[in-house]
Amino acid sequence: MTTHGEPGSVGVVATSTVRLFSDSDPLVLVSGATLGPVDVAYETYGTLNADRSNAVFICHALTGDAHAAGFHEGATRPGWWDNLIGPGKPLDTDRFFVISANLLGGCQGTTGPSSENPETGTAYGLDFPLLEVADFVTVHRALLAHLGIDRLLAVVGGSLGGMQALQWSLDHPDELAHAVVVASSSRLTAQNIAFSAVARRAIMADRQFKNGQYAAEGTSPAVGLSIARMMAHITYLSEDAFTEKFGRAPQFETSRRGFGIDFAVESYLDHQGTAFLERFDALSYLYLTRVMDYFDPFSNAGALDRVREHPVRYLVLSFDTDWRFSTEHSLRIVRHLESNRLPVTFRELKSAYGHDSFLLADPAYHATLKAYFDRALEDA
Amino acid sequence: MINAAGLRLDLELIAGQVFPGSRVLDLGCGTGTLLAHLMATKGCSATGVEIDPDKVVGAIRKGVPVLERDVEEALVDIDDESYDVVVLSRTLQTMLRPEFVLSQMGRVAERMVVSVPNFGYLPNRVRLMNGRMPVSKELPYAWYNTPNLRFTTLVDLEDLFARLDLVVDRRYTYSQAGRRLRMYGRLPNLMAGAAVYVLRPAR
Repeated sequence: MTTHGEPGSVGVVATSTVRLFSDSDPLVLVSGATLGPVDVAYETYGTLNADRSNAVFICHALTGDAHAAGFHEGATRPGWWDNLIGPGKPLDTDRFFVISANLLGGCQGTTGPSSENPETGTAYGLDFPLLEVADFVTVHRALLAHLGIDRLLAVVGGSLGGMQALQWSLDHPDELAHAVVVASSSRLTAQNIAFSAVARRAIMADRQFKNGQYAAEGTSPAVGLSIARMMAHITYLSEDAFTEKFGRAPQFETSRRGFGIDFAVESYLDHQGTAFLERFDALSYLYLTRVMDYFDPFSNAGALDRVREHPVRYLVLSFDTDWRFSTEHSLRIVRHLESNRLPVTFRELKSAYGHDSFLLADPAYHATLKAYFDRALEDA
Repeated sequence: MINAAGLRLDLELIAGQVFPGSRVLDLGCGTGTLLAHLMATKGCSATGVEIDPDKVVGAIRKGVPVLERDVEEALVDIDDESYDVVVLSRTLQTMLRPEFVLSQMGRVAERMVVSVPNFGYLPNRVRLMNGRMPVSKELPYAWYNTPNLRFTTLVDLEDLFARLDLVVDRRYTYSQAGRRLRMYGRLPNLMAGAAVYVLRPAR
């Protein structure tokens, strides 16, 4: 891990916020609903080159945020994709200009269901409109317009982030040269939806959820949200990763057999659930998981018409131990792209760590991304 | 042998079989040398298939679209007649099911280019007669570490083409040193170290 000022780190960064849509000029969603104002939190790293050909947009996953790289003032932990972004790293900030934004419906600076509804003066709660991945893309594009960038070298994302990269490439292929889709899916399976359903039930059945108005009521569905996170976290790791990390190790030296935290793995999950409460919001969790459930871009008639006109080059990566979005999910994307004659590169990478591998610095994974990005920049 | 463009001679010959603007599938594309050449010089669109991870990264670095998959699995996912040319360069002998691979190649493209080492090459026969498995420039491995699973002579291979209704449009044969042989009929089965076939499915 790098720290402030060490080679490889972008150093100290700060999140900016910009109002991209207002009451009078609202965001129009795919559903037809409108939303305003919309604020977006974002960070950038590196420098846009003279011909504006080196811009790479990073899309975060379900619980990510705008802070992808470097350190916030006084922080000891870097951004969530710091191992990828920085001088000399695969997204070398001496050569690439990297943009990262918190997505619409999120809770870390960008407008979401816990933001204030201007009509009521309290949180939107369940009055917040349902979203689609294409709505995330609309807001990302508005941010780029604000930054004066009309074309991207690449859009890169893992998991839900990969869905955004894919949607963006299908809807606006003339605006990007490459889409990098990692550990992602073009259509959730029944099992995927089932896990999301249990997570949402845990949140909504929490008596403190108060039909989504918990902030106004001065409560918080903390139990529900932490259970949702604990369960989801199990699906992010492989069985081998759990075995390697914890095995059947007891949490305490002297056995206290009961219904508390007997095993180390229970303590770990408990910590994951509790730590999550500090950085995430229950309503955002509901809305964003629902977006994933309905994502199915290839089912739309003519979904690939535009990208066939303006071919985007694709890199699709999966990890062999990922059972959240298995390799079969990635191959489904590859089949749709290849059969539409789009240039697509695919690798299934070996990793012991399951879905979360896309956030880790596996050498083969990073060598692949480095080779791809280096070439993309040469071709730009 | 390498030509001025840095292409292996059989790759240069294969490249000569591809019309400008073609859509080309290269099974066992290695680091993507042939496809990068075709993309750069003939405006071809390309897909490579390669199972060796290091070679896949090499192809990615060259900007060649490559699928890191087993050839048999990758072929099954490809639509009928969706490529103009499908290439199998010195890879058939590593396939577990060469018959299946050849018939699938005929399904996905109207033109096939297949290059193979010739097990019937005279020095191989001499070595076998002396009681030793052939090891040569074309077959540089010992029996216990070779990636080659299927050994064929040119004559046996041509029998399989016929059985699969694959028509041989052209056959180019080479000496061990990589020189083109100007000989016809069954003589190359004895004298050629390797051959390149241009085939089409009879449909």
